[in-house]
Amino acid sequence: MAHRKASDFAIMRSQLGRARGLGSAKYGTGHWWAQRATAMALVFLSVWFIFSAMHLAGQPWASVRAWAGQPMTATLLLALVLATFHHLQLGLQVIIGDYVHGGWLPMVTTLVMKAVVALVALTAVIAVLKLAFAG
Amino acid sequence: MTGRKSDGAVVHRPLSPHLQVYKPQITSVLSIFHRITGVGLALGTLLLVWWLVAAASSAAAYDTVSWFLRSPIGWLLLFGWSVALWFHFCNGIRHLFWDFGHGFELTEVHASGKAVLVATAVLTVLTWIVVIVF
Repeated sequence: MAHRKASDFAIMRSQLGRARGLGSAKYGTGHWWAQRATAMALVFLSVWFIFSAMHLAGQPWASVRAWAGQPMTATLLLALVLATFHHLQLGLQVIIGDYVHGGWLPMVTTLVMKAVVALVALTAVIAVLKLAFAG
Repeated sequence: MTGRKSDGAVVHRPLSPHLQVYKPQITSVLSIFHRITGVGLALGTLLLVWWLVAAASSAAAYDTVSWFLRSPIGWLLLFGWSVALWFHFCNGIRHLFWDFGHGFELTEVHASGKAVLVATAVLTVLTWIVVIVF
């Protein structure tokens, strides 16, 4: 095949579209940024949770409820749950995008994964709120 | 791989190493470990949600989850979860340094990879010493 220069191709893209840089999906670097932002939040939240879990290991139900009933604990638990599940579904989306091929399969797999993650995340949120208001 | 920029200019982008042809190296092995531990931690959140729901439900439900976590399978899952979390945590910080444009030289990439493995081992052992002793 003869070598073709860039000018041989007609680029059907407006200057405004190029300047916005959002690409064909209209989200641009949003996914990448959200993954990094949640990662940075989780650096702090996961360390806090590990320390809490180590402290709570072997404690009776009443102590766990007293801990989860404090407003600060509930706030951090909610932040942990939201950051974790948002980060997790962004990561799983990339993995599905890399390994699942063919027609409608990647889209269906991604939608099912996001639905399951959303339901599990909502379950966790309800549990944290119930603990917060019971305390 | 030959691609194009948005103005139509041709760019030659590097190809990712192909698994069947490349010898496993610390760079590629840690990269796939990051994914595997990510998926593992995603599944591990089910344990966290079970624990939260049980705590929000009743003393009996909480006793059941406590009993499971103290069973041999529970210990194994928690130990695996701690290794996966500390690895993903340390290697994630390594990724964040790359995102800010640091540590791309081959010697640095190898050194940070080894540092991640050492830090994962140390943090996991420390975590379990504290859990068991205190």
